[in-house]
Amino acid sequence: MSNWMKVCSLDEIPRLGARIVRHGDIDIAVFRNAEDEVFAVEDRCPHKGGPLSQGIVHGKRVTCPLHGWNLELDSGCAVAPDEGCARQYEIRLESGVVHLSLA
Amino acid sequence: MDMSLPNNKMKLVMVGNGMAGVRTLEELLKHAPEMYDITVFGAEPHPNYNRILLSPVLAGEQTVGDIILNSIDWYRENNIQLHMGKKVVKIDRKNRFVEAEDGTRAEYDRLLLATGSNPFILPVPGADLPGVISFRDIADVDAMVSASSQYKHAVVIGGGLLGLEAANGLMKRGMEVSVVHIAPWLMERQLDEPAARLLQKSLEEKGMKFLLQKQTAELESNESGRVSAIKFKDGDEAPADLVVMAVGIRPNTALAESAGLHCNRGIVVNDTMQTYDPRIYSIGECAAHRGIAYGLVAPLFEQAKVCANHLAQHGIGRYQGSVTSTKLKVTGIDLFSAGDYMGGEGTESILYSDPIGGVYKKLVIRDNKLVGGVMYGDTVDGAWYFSLLRDGKNVNELRDHLMFGQDHCGNLGHGGINKAASMTDDMEVCGCNGVCKGDIVKAIREKGLFTLEDVRKHTKASSSCGSCTGLVEQILAVTAGGDYSAAPKTKTMCSCTEHTHEVVRAAIREHKYLNIPQVMQAMEWDTPNGCASCRPALNYYLISTWPGEAEDDPQSRYINERAHANIQKDGTYSVIPRMWGGQVTPSELRRIADVVDKYSIPSLKVTGGQRIDMLGVKKTDLPKVWADLDMPSGHAYGKALRTVKTCVGSEWCRFGTQDSTKLGIDLEKIFWKMWAPHKVKLAVSGCPRNCAEVAIKDVGIIGVDSGWEIYVAGNGGIKTEVAQFLVKVKTEDEVIEYTGAFLQLYREEARYLDRTVHYVERVGLDYVKKKILDDAEGRRALHERMLFALSVEKDPWMERVKEGKEHHEFEALAV
Repeated sequence: MSNWMKVCSLDEIPRLGARIVRHGDIDIAVFRNAEDEVFAVEDRCPHKGGPLSQGIVHGKRVTCPLHGWNLELDSGCAVAPDEGCARQYEIRLESGVVHLSLA
Repeated sequence: MDMSLPNNKMKLVMVGNGMAGVRTLEELLKHAPEMYDITVFGAEPHPNYNRILLSPVLAGEQTVGDIILNSIDWYRENNIQLHMGKKVVKIDRKNRFVEAEDGTRAEYDRLLLATGSNPFILPVPGADLPGVISFRDIADVDAMVSASSQYKHAVVIGGGLLGLEAANGLMKRGMEVSVVHIAPWLMERQLDEPAARLLQKSLEEKGMKFLLQKQTAELESNESGRVSAIKFKDGDEAPADLVVMAVGIRPNTALAESAGLHCNRGIVVNDTMQTYDPRIYSIGECAAHRGIAYGLVAPLFEQAKVCANHLAQHGIGRYQGSVTSTKLKVTGIDLFSAGDYMGGEGTESILYSDPIGGVYKKLVIRDNKLVGGVMYGDTVDGAWYFSLLRDGKNVNELRDHLMFGQDHCGNLGHGGINKAASMTDDMEVCGCNGVCKGDIVKAIREKGLFTLEDVRKHTKASSSCGSCTGLVEQILAVTAGGDYSAAPKTKTMCSCTEHTHEVVRAAIREHKYLNIPQVMQAMEWDTPNGCASCRPALNYYLISTWPGEAEDDPQSRYINERAHANIQKDGTYSVIPRMWGGQVTPSELRRIADVVDKYSIPSLKVTGGQRIDMLGVKKTDLPKVWADLDMPSGHAYGKALRTVKTCVGSEWCRFGTQDSTKLGIDLEKIFWKMWAPHKVKLAVSGCPRNCAEVAIKDVGIIGVDSGWEIYVAGNGGIKTEVAQFLVKVKTEDEVIEYTGAFLQLYREEARYLDRTVHYVERVGLDYVKKKILDDAEGRRALHERMLFALSVEKDPWMERVKEGKEHHEFEALAV
């Protein structure tokens, strides 16, 4: 069951950047790339828990600020040879508004 | 259109099933797994194996199973049609198919020739007798192993790398081995005479015999028809039940030539590994690139990468040739050679010789650059020398201690251990990333790693400070048999572009690019918006070249420079306000104490740079903390001016000769908003007792009775580097101008992430002196440009506190 919630308008996320969405105890990083696609993954690098939202976004990837792991934004998984995935959330963009499903 | 339908795919046929070819397929499958239907022909009845490790197999240290790189399942899983034991004898370029000896045909859209090389067989009578073999493949090893159980006398013709490895293996299998060599000493293409004599002596101690300067006349047979003796041109003779010819290899070009492809000491290819028929590629030992057919694994893998890229119709990778070096894989013998190891006219040699200890080293220098070297007995610095050689680094200033290796140049971090072989598996190799020897060996074995780059990626060893690189390369050489070598390091900015830092920077200046997308578009970046290494570099080059005009893109800055605080391991930040020259007032201290209480900041620490660090600040609190502190940003988070460390100087100190505190504060107040390629630290001491430790700062100033001495390019990090004397001046104004000019030169010319020590090491102190000391006008202009760049910078904390700049950075969203 999905549970769509409005997060913010697209312009509130910097292009090639991210915002943190706080949901209870969990921080979710919501990314926007150069093509205005949006992605949502838990804000914890599978390596050592680094805040992915603080990383540099390029293509469809983010580089974790702590130790430089690269993660695929659309899967939340580390780029080989590193291994591990951050939890991924469903996200969609509707007429300039970002919605997140926390189900 | 469904590209996955097989009949839509292009057909790729590979002739030759060896390491270079299969590596190309692996790279291709990574880039474009669905692009081709792939067919592979291999003349040997084996899947791809590690040919480099035939020597340990012969020596009984490994088995054939150990050296298989791609199992038959691998081919199946990747839908590769594999024809083992089928030798291709014909290419029909017009109708685009190849045909094997048994008539098997395969059509191609693209053909990859990876036919490798053939051993050279001496054209002497008896060369075709039973018992005369070469050392090239598993069949040869099998023949040698079986001979060793039946016969006694082995003769290896050829005292080069391969011959000695064969001889060593046969000896270990219990045979009496003589090595015949035409030259006056062994491995003459890698070693000079003294090193070769040491090698010979230690092999003789193991039981090997040598027949040097002997030319083979013929091989004789016994009554059963098998080889029985070798005869030399000088009339001498030696018994031989087995003769191994290891006198060199020749690129295997027969098939290509029969198809009319241009060959000249190899199948001639261009920088994208294409032959004269653009549908046909060639890589590996059979290919001649710019006149060279390479035989070592690293350059071939480099070629494989480029070839796969091109086959995948990706971008513009080009192979530009490699510099190579050699290690001998005979257990217990350490030997390294690279470049012009002989020396000669126009070169000088530095020698170290300890015949009793079995250590010999020779470094050959031309025009202040290392151009070659030989090492025997102690090769731990081989990788370091090789990188100096490859990068063409000016070694003039290292000269005095060059011979004693990298450790002697102040590296810390692995406790003086320099022999990988003597390490146990649980001993730490990489102190930065906590990687033990066992982890590295395991990764090399399990993941089939060959290059230093591979090991860095998989284990992270040697990927941070790099001081354990020599150890990692030794482990690699022992475990995988990887021969040292690499493509020339032209230092492209990163894998997003083939341009170097210098080229990009010059283009930014020349064409006045003002933002990152302009640069990437004009310079044909391979990735849509770069990566975490090139974007911060580009951002710095733009804002330092066009201050006030170029766009400063926060999303292309590392988080610390975006948040203006240092990210910590738990995602909180640390805050260090500026304390000019280390001086602080009671009210500032009170405000700091109040802030720590108010925001429950868990940790408060005095830094090494005479400031105070508040650790564990939540990001959302940062602007409030800055506002309450009401102190300027300390830039402790930035590639920027950090501290100006001072001693109390003549104002209080009974020894002080100059007011170092005041000069330090003046310098800090002038330069504090400067962005730089890396962090910059200054210090000012009021007398030669040097309490401010200026010798390890980027710019260090020592007050003496008659003025100020300026030292530059010191460093106190991974590699301790003592700053070098630049000039002595009389007045504070001069100190400021010279400091400004030096830092501006560094800002304009250093590569991003180079400290001043790296920059000065690269260009040489003489160059710096020419720019700063000899050219007064140039010096003033540099300083002026520095002041102009500073004039457009604001205090980033106050911009955020008072103007609300980038406020989204510090606010979370709620749902």
